[in-house]
Amino acid sequence: MKTCFAALLCAVAATVASADIIVQSTTSTANSGLYDHLLPQFEAEAGYKVNVVAVGTGQAIRNATNCDADVLLVHAKASEEAFVAEGRGVSRADLMYNDFVIVGPAADPAGIAGSEDTEAALRAIAEAGALFASRGDDSGTHKKELQLWSAAGTDPSAASGAWYRETGSGMGATLNAAIGMGAYALTDRATWLSFGNKGDYKVVVEGDPDLFNQYGVILVNPEQCPSVKVDEAQGFIDWLLSDAGQSAIAAHQIGGKQLFFPNAN
Amino acid sequence: MGFGEAWGLALALVLEADRDLLEIVGLSLRVSLAATAIACLIGLPLGALLAATRFPGRGALLILVNALMGLPPVVVGLVVYLSLSRAGPLGFLGLLYTPAAMIIAQTVLITPITAALSRQVLETLHDEYDPQFRSFGLTRRQTIGALLIDGRFALATVALAGFGRAIAEVGAVMIVGGNIDHLTRVMTTAIALETSKGDLALALALGIVLLALALTVNAAVYGLRAGAMRAAHA
Repeated sequence: MKTCFAALLCAVAATVASADIIVQSTTSTANSGLYDHLLPQFEAEAGYKVNVVAVGTGQAIRNATNCDADVLLVHAKASEEAFVAEGRGVSRADLMYNDFVIVGPAADPAGIAGSEDTEAALRAIAEAGALFASRGDDSGTHKKELQLWSAAGTDPSAASGAWYRETGSGMGATLNAAIGMGAYALTDRATWLSFGNKGDYKVVVEGDPDLFNQYGVILVNPEQCPSVKVDEAQGFIDWLLSDAGQSAIAAHQIGGKQLFFPNAN
Repeated sequence: MGFGEAWGLALALVLEADRDLLEIVGLSLRVSLAATAIACLIGLPLGALLAATRFPGRGALLILVNALMGLPPVVVGLVVYLSLSRAGPLGFLGLLYTPAAMIIAQTVLITPITAALSRQVLETLHDEYDPQFRSFGLTRRQTIGALLIDGRFALATVALAGFGRAIAEVGAVMIVGGNIDHLTRVMTTAIALETSKGDLALALALGIVLLALALTVNAAVYGLRAGAMRAAHA
């Protein structure tokens, strides 16, 4: 029976071609359809597949630390630089950017609609005790949100469970929860533009330079992780950073709006 | 957005035989049927053994197997992830983020179900036939074989219970499969993905298709079972 089991597993495992690479990525890039747009173009040229695992930035970095990735594509610059500094990644390159926005219900209980000052808006939410839905999952967006609270001089964790609601789940699930309970939420613009369950929600805070959202790409270090397919992984990174890849990123639109802005050096 | 839209979408998906949908449905069936088959190979003989034998510690083992029926899929996923991760003991196999990893996770999840339920079903049968087994002087192995053959119709229901749990779970396959498009995306992870994109009508439509799939498998087993029972009693 053991051999039968092993044979079955091998038969199934054999369906994975050897040159295919695994990218640990954020949910925002996957949910907004970026990979559906990019990968067919790249795969046709390269002749191998790019398999994307979309999780929060924190989990993506942990999975890559366990060597379960060839490439890391996330958006939390400090954590990315730490990953490289620890020798887990070879080097980090800027890939593209967009921005975060705060979305909220039409009723706007904290009266922040139209604001370009994130710190003031967050203080207004805290003072009004208006509901705020946080990712609470160590993702890039969550890290950004904590930075913004800290810059606003407010510690929302004391109100956790009261007006500050930590969902501990992905961006989409958090937006669904926020809209379900009438809470404000911080989200990247790409996820918001492609999100299908907006209800009466709209962007209430945008345009603050503090809301800048940089994405980076990293080759996982083959010295730490011998399983890394260096040539294929580097080939994908090189393509993303090339003129072809950068214009492909710029060409990805939803409803006539560009979601990501390439800025490789 | 509502149930009406979801039913319409579900119908359209099925009628158009959408290629992506067929791929996802196919993988769901392949993974969950394989897991059910392996879980039955392990669980049914184990259940029969537990039903037919008495030994010290049996009570504790029964409690353990019954308790394991309540294993949360996400915990199973985590344990299998840690085992199959490149940093884990079985990392050299390179199975993480493949359908094989999903089969392993679902097998771990449902083997206790097949073992515990078959023990329950076969113990009743064993109590009934025990005098006859004794009079034939059957060995333990022969007794287990006889129980599995005599109980086959009830065991089909046990297998279905395991299959139902496997095809419906999302926590384990999400972690060990990674929900990779065209590689490890199954019905439940696709539903979770569409929900997170806020496309609730499509998510619900996929849920309706999943339910139809489960109905079809159950109806097929029911039909086979009825046919086999008629043949057995003819």
